[in-house]
Amino acid sequence: MTNKTTPYAIELRDISKRFGAVQANKDICLQVPAGSIHGIIGENGAGKSTLMSIIYGFYEADAGFIEVDGQRVGIHSSQDAINAGIGMVHQHFMLVENFTVLENVILGAEGGALLKGGIDAARVELQRLAEEYSLDIDVDAIVEELPVGLQQRVEILKALYRGARILILDEPTGVLTPQEADHLFRILKALKEQGVTVLLITHKLREIMASTDNVSVMRQGQMVAHRETVNTNKEELAELMVGKKVRLTVNKDDATPSDVLLSAKALSQFDEQGVKRLKDVNLELRAGEIVGIAGVSGNGQSELLNVLSGIESMSEGEIHIAGEVITAQNPKNAAQMRDLKMAHVPEDRHKMGLVTGFEAYEAAVLGYHNSETYNGKVIMHRKVMIDECKERMAAWDVRPPNPHLKTANFSGGNQQKIVIAREVEQNPDILLIGQPTRGVDIGAIENIHEQIVKLRDAGKAILLVSVELDEIMALSDRIIVMFDGAVVGELDAKDADERTLGLMMANAYNEEQEGESA
Amino acid sequence: MSQAKVPAWVNIALIPFLNIMLAFIVSGLVILAIGENPLEAAGYLIYGAFGYDEGVGYTLYYATNLIFTGLAVSVAFKGGLFNIGGEGQAYIGGLGVGLVCLAFDQTMPFYIIAPLAIIGAAAFGAGWAYIPAYLQARRGSHIVITTIMFNFIASSLMVYLIVNWLKEDGRMAANSRTFEESAWMPYLHEMLSPLGIDIGTSPLNFAFILALIFCVLVWGLLWHTRWGYQLRTLGTSPSAAQYAGIDTAKVTIWAMMISGGLAGFVGINEIMGVNHSLLLNFTAGYGFAGIAVSLMGRNHPIGIIMAAVLFGALYQGGSELAFEIPTITPEIVVVIQGLVILFSGALEHMFKDRIEGFFIRRAVA
Repeated sequence: MTNKTTPYAIELRDISKRFGAVQANKDICLQVPAGSIHGIIGENGAGKSTLMSIIYGFYEADAGFIEVDGQRVGIHSSQDAINAGIGMVHQHFMLVENFTVLENVILGAEGGALLKGGIDAARVELQRLAEEYSLDIDVDAIVEELPVGLQQRVEILKALYRGARILILDEPTGVLTPQEADHLFRILKALKEQGVTVLLITHKLREIMASTDNVSVMRQGQMVAHRETVNTNKEELAELMVGKKVRLTVNKDDATPSDVLLSAKALSQFDEQGVKRLKDVNLELRAGEIVGIAGVSGNGQSELLNVLSGIESMSEGEIHIAGEVITAQNPKNAAQMRDLKMAHVPEDRHKMGLVTGFEAYEAAVLGYHNSETYNGKVIMHRKVMIDECKERMAAWDVRPPNPHLKTANFSGGNQQKIVIAREVEQNPDILLIGQPTRGVDIGAIENIHEQIVKLRDAGKAILLVSVELDEIMALSDRIIVMFDGAVVGELDAKDADERTLGLMMANAYNEEQEGESA
Repeated sequence: MSQAKVPAWVNIALIPFLNIMLAFIVSGLVILAIGENPLEAAGYLIYGAFGYDEGVGYTLYYATNLIFTGLAVSVAFKGGLFNIGGEGQAYIGGLGVGLVCLAFDQTMPFYIIAPLAIIGAAAFGAGWAYIPAYLQARRGSHIVITTIMFNFIASSLMVYLIVNWLKEDGRMAANSRTFEESAWMPYLHEMLSPLGIDIGTSPLNFAFILALIFCVLVWGLLWHTRWGYQLRTLGTSPSAAQYAGIDTAKVTIWAMMISGGLAGFVGINEIMGVNHSLLLNFTAGYGFAGIAVSLMGRNHPIGIIMAAVLFGALYQGGSELAFEIPTITPEIVVVIQGLVILFSGALEHMFKDRIEGFFIRRAVA
């Protein structure tokens, strides 16, 4: 790719895209100078992902066009995007987990029916790329054995290997520890120095401030502002994103924990391969407190939630709840745990919390479908379900307030409200809540956080699992850090700071004390 | 999201219609290739299926079997299970019907035998489906494989039972004795003639009414009961079912048993309604055709009725066609049926995206 006289690596002109009634992008214009890091921020549902999908050829714009290096390009597929020198690192990696790094990199660019030639050429090329951009990696490692940060590096290498001069990263730090994120930004800087243009999609203001040259703000499908990063600040950007002043902290009084409502003793779980995913976890939840579980995703938090909520059975240990003792020999399923007044907002609302093919009112009774409220002798009371759903939608400001809309067609924040409303309105004693604000816009985050604090103040015990450190620190009264399936630290939220937690999450806080490393 | 703006009738009516038209166009080319006039052939086919009372009677008689097997496939499918074993379940269901009839036809009146035969059909069909269901739910054997295998087992079992145990003594034909009339499902033309309604003589019998009743029951079961809710949850999202605390193994087993029971009702139509004796191979592929019927009917009872009538018309009109134009052999008729299945079942998405895209663009403009 040669840079001609044009100053812009990529330029968007009046891009518009509509899905049904939703105007996802409207007259978007964007100019990205070559060799710069350009941030795009916006709430979820602001249209960032749609815009990037248009640039990368997943969707075609209804109107407008794209210029790369001053040349108008027609991008109808991701292959067109790759040919135009655009590469994308997705939020959820598109890697074949049981392939090696090398095999993943050449996937789709094998260069012939026989692999040998392609692989040998790729090995040389990768070596060169790794040196040029200081992206060290063992090309023969199996991807699933690599830490997430390195998997992301594979994605970046994949894009570069295909000749990308413009790299789009979609929420790249969502799965990384703060240390890994810092490393990523160093890589991006190195890429920039080599003339690569980086488009960084994120909703984290801190990252924008720390790493970008320019920033564009999206709101409700439109570009509302372009700023040079040095000439703006977090507060201004946050305001531009939501269009009103937002609080970045949660207002709450000190907790007054009382009775222990749930205690887990030496809880362990082995997966089907016999690997211990949960290692002797001890945990107490008291009425009137929020316990936050910090950790990089994949370190046993999901297993802990699943075991506590009865979705999966434990292998060893005990759970004491409501006068009952649950063990591996005396398990309870998710429905029975609900009967013990435990509610659960699962981490993955698409796969677990909702049935995306169901209408909203149907999804709004999931897990409570056996309740007498909804059932006659034979026939379910459709009208009761629909009316209740309408009431909750009004109370929780779910938009659109249409109980007959398929749950898949609500935005992430509204889907989450449907799930949280369902669980909270059951008036549980214990609430397990996983990633309450993942994929939820700032306005809704505030609302959800307030509700969680309100529940605590009403004397409920809340276990919060989140990969967002800010969220854990803002909400929790007590923080537990998990690493590799075990609890590696516990501290009062008042004593917690990002650095300490980050080190604990990487299990590097007390290295001399830890005899083993995992 | 893009679904939202596509008018409902496009998916329900337009796309299936285009698929069928395409199937007929390709069929027309086949008929042209063997030197006959496709329009003339189409005329015979449509007249044979719908042109006169007896033809309609036969069409609906075939449709009865297809409604039962179509419903069977759809119930399992709603739970995410692909029941390929409708053929065997129908066969064994017929055994249940036959045994009830043989046991009671000489001593009991019709109104006792009929409910017993219905229960027999359901119980035997469900029982036959239970084994693969249990193996899937508790042992992890794949239901597609086991139900296919069970079709063969059912086939061999029936040959053994009929030839060695149920065959009428002293006769060569491999079927049981003919039932007494107390074990015959009344023909609809006989039921209607006292009312002064003449629908022509055909094998169409009360089982057709039963099929329509079961369409309503299945609709209610799937969309208006707690069990249906659990089934649909399991079918759309197994992990959500787990989260909701649904006993997935139990729901799986019940779904397959209901599916098998529905397939078993083919025996009511064939054994009690038409043949009046237990015989070999009366299922004649209806179990398999039910898969196409269910697919084409979008796994919804109303769609299944429409698809079953279409397939019934192809069976009936097809045999009429083969009779009128001898160069169009029954095998060609099977080719036409196959094309309909191919275009409306296997290739149902061929037009879908483009047509939906067209309507979305139009809605936007």
